[in-house]
Amino acid sequence: MGQPLDTTAIGGCNPEAAICTREVTRDFRAGQQTITVLHGIDLDIRAGELTFLVGESGSGKTTLISIMCGILWPTLGEVKVFGTDIYELGDTELVEFRLNNIGFIFQQYNLIPSIDAANNAAVPLIAQGMDRIEAREKAVAMLEKLNIGDQASKLPSQLSGGQQQRVAIARALVHEPRLVVCDEPTAALDATSGRRVMDLLREVAVAEDRACIIVTHDNRIFDLADRILVLEDGKITHDGKDMPEGH
Amino acid sequence: MLWIAIRMLTGDAQKFYGLVFGIAFSTLLITQQLTIFVNLIERGASGTYNVSNADIWVMDPVSRTTDVAYAMPATALDKVRSVPGVEWAVPHLRSQASVRTKDGDLEGVAVIGVDDATLIGLPKRMLEGSPDVLSQPDSVIIDDVGMTRMFPDGSPIGERLELNDQRAVIRGIADAIPSFTSTVVLYTKYSQALNYVPGTRNRLSFVLVGAEEPAQAKALSERIERETGLKAQTRDEFAQDGIDFIIENTGIPLNFGITVALGFIVGVAIVGLTFSLFIRDNIKQFGALKAIGVTNAKIRRMVAVQAGLVGLTGYGLGVLGTVIFIWSFSADPTFKGFYIPWQIPLISALAVFVILALTGWLALRNVLKTEPASVFR
Repeated sequence: MGQPLDTTAIGGCNPEAAICTREVTRDFRAGQQTITVLHGIDLDIRAGELTFLVGESGSGKTTLISIMCGILWPTLGEVKVFGTDIYELGDTELVEFRLNNIGFIFQQYNLIPSIDAANNAAVPLIAQGMDRIEAREKAVAMLEKLNIGDQASKLPSQLSGGQQQRVAIARALVHEPRLVVCDEPTAALDATSGRRVMDLLREVAVAEDRACIIVTHDNRIFDLADRILVLEDGKITHDGKDMPEGH
Repeated sequence: MLWIAIRMLTGDAQKFYGLVFGIAFSTLLITQQLTIFVNLIERGASGTYNVSNADIWVMDPVSRTTDVAYAMPATALDKVRSVPGVEWAVPHLRSQASVRTKDGDLEGVAVIGVDDATLIGLPKRMLEGSPDVLSQPDSVIIDDVGMTRMFPDGSPIGERLELNDQRAVIRGIADAIPSFTSTVVLYTKYSQALNYVPGTRNRLSFVLVGAEEPAQAKALSERIERETGLKAQTRDEFAQDGIDFIIENTGIPLNFGITVALGFIVGVAIVGLTFSLFIRDNIKQFGALKAIGVTNAKIRRMVAVQAGLVGLTGYGLGVLGTVIFIWSFSADPTFKGFYIPWQIPLISALAVFVILALTGWLALRNVLKTEPASVFR
């Protein structure tokens, strides 16, 4: 940790990097205008680290995270996730790659309201084709690991915000993905709950062979990061263990 | 994933019931209206079907249906009897008359004169009394529609009528298929009918023919036409002519067609709107599923299963509603003998399929257009 990666290796990406972006640019059209949101981002994310992507609204962090996890095409540049150039994959292959390699935790959780916590957590396994009963058993085990095993049969509407967040974490981890992406995981939580969720994420999501990226602008949790990347106007302006002064 | 799709749908009870109601209402409207339409126009053939043992109907060339007939001279009967292949031929009279009941009410009736000797021309079944009662003086047999309409409070047996200024006594009740207009029908012997119906020179409406070989009825009818110059039709042909006459000469197909079209349009409107709302409410969840790694093909199958569940439930309820409707009105003579032809549920099923395919496709477009990245916004 902390050692700069060798970016001169094959294809400009270090084979040790979990995620590697090179010259990633993304333009959006707004009427006659073209707005460049990301300006040639070069980035390497390591496995085993809790990486924070920090920036003001409109800085491009959501665009960058979307590109890194294969749900938004870059205008230019390449993205490798665990050595796979994901935008060289066909549409179906890319979807399957996401299903097998990436876990998502959304800010609004996006749980399905009409199925219980265990089945919500089991969604990636069911999507992979696992038998529903078996998938549910695994999901319940994951919920127990997150200390909400007793809430497995409850609908999302019967759970508190913190509990729903844990169900979302369980859904992101149940299929043991190699990359976990969290979007503002603490935005809807109070300070204590937010801290607890982050401790939990560090405990269950960070592993030797897994990269974990958290998009946040919640300065209450910056101290929990292994690495903080600050994005301003579509450019990485800081890369370090701590936040730069003035932020 | 299909299980999840079903739970997503049924979990939103309000919209689920709204969708089911839309399909059920459409199915009910389409099935019920088509059933009534088909049964009603089949009544155009009731005069033919009520005479079950005639293979061929012979008439004046200008006659079109049992109710739109031009009388022939009595010699027509002998001409027909002389055609080879004719096993038997009997006279048949159909005419309109007026009756005055003992309460003084006036009622338009159809008088049917059946062969004096064989009584061919009577419906197959009697509800009360036997065909032999026609051998008694001034006897008439009333059909069950007439019984219900003219004598709602009790049995008409023994009741006297003033039929075109002459005495008629009801001595039996026939179990007959009602006519298109549900006119009261009085059956009597041919010779007696000639007395009841005001005289013109020719009064023989039809000659009913039994073929030596019923399977060759068509060939025989052609031979009768060639040899007599009259019009001869097999039972099925003449029945179809009765149906066609109603289709061609009334606004019924258009009116029922409009109602069926409205059923379809209402179905599209209710289901389309509700389905769109359901998809819109769940668009975040669908977006999350797409981000997680559910392919568009799987999403399509999910929406198809949701549409299928709504379709099956709504369609089942709609058809059941039609069955209950027909069953509950079966005692009413207007709906007597009504049935649901197998083709009608099939047509409704096709309409439901089109409604769901159309609305499902419109709703699905929104899901497929949703970028997975939108879940991060």
